[in-house]
Amino acid sequence: MEDLLEIGGKKIKNRLFIGTGKFSDYSLMGKAIDLSGAEIVTVALRRVDLGSKRDNILEYIPERCTIMINTSGARNADEAVRIARLAKASGVGNWIKIEVIRDNKYLLPDNLETLKATEILVKEGFVVLPYMSPDISMAIRMVECGAAAVMPLGSPIGSNRGLKTEELIRIMVEEIKAPVIVDAGLGRPSDACECMELGCAAVLVNTAIAISRDPVNMAKAFSEGVVAGRRAYLCKIPSENNIASPSSPLTGFLRTPSSSS
Amino acid sequence: MNIKINGKIQVIDKRINLLELIKSMGLSCDRVVTEYNFRIVPMEEREKVILEENDSLEIVSFVGGG
Repeated sequence: MEDLLEIGGKKIKNRLFIGTGKFSDYSLMGKAIDLSGAEIVTVALRRVDLGSKRDNILEYIPERCTIMINTSGARNADEAVRIARLAKASGVGNWIKIEVIRDNKYLLPDNLETLKATEILVKEGFVVLPYMSPDISMAIRMVECGAAAVMPLGSPIGSNRGLKTEELIRIMVEEIKAPVIVDAGLGRPSDACECMELGCAAVLVNTAIAISRDPVNMAKAFSEGVVAGRRAYLCKIPSENNIASPSSPLTGFLRTPSSSS
Repeated sequence: MNIKINGKIQVIDKRINLLELIKSMGLSCDRVVTEYNFRIVPMEEREKVILEENDSLEIVSFVGGG
């Protein structure tokens, strides 16, 4: 049976979600998304710079992809809701990543405001994926409000520090009755693999792909890390032991004549 | 008349509707979303919105983001 992730009525095969920020150009970004096989892609909404012409980013994103609008820039629930409504009016769909941040140094999310925005936007028919600090109680509340998944951070946005929140993510995977998607901070494919081995439903990666020397191949490498981790998780990873357990049989040894038996 | 567009005061010298304004700025109509005095204006209603003194307008579009 095919291993599919179901969110908001969509059946998703590729568990690498890609963010589109920081790429040196849109065409490179499009190729990276394409080669990775990613199906879920985030974009942000900003005031048009009236003084300069910019391409339409949406034209570079492969057609197979679902666009998820990030409410980045929002400092409270009201601003996130406003951005979500504007995004919906554009006609790109109703998938929303709620990102509410007041902390400019570590860019850590405000879980309470995120919860408020989740509640409002779910009622308005959005497919809501809140970006959050990995707090189990908040995650449960968000899911009770109707969040389609929760997206706890691995480490601060753009830090490339990997899965620093591992123990909390492990608990969330066990306890949350919705997909847990690690978002932010993953710096290398092995970080993505580690998340998937833990049982996360997917990962969202942006910076580590976008700023690498070769974003197209890095996107592919992340995708392969995700596939390996997911496959290992489904095979049930054996538990750890403190002492050795030989891999080869303990009988039929060759012995020299001087040794006994 | 003075209209606030994306937070900056702009001077518009004639009576104009929202659709005409977007076109006059060289923006592609289907790529931007507009909010007129804090109310989202659906694309098909832009022509009906006649701009007036001290109106506030937000014109947004999609950019790369995580």
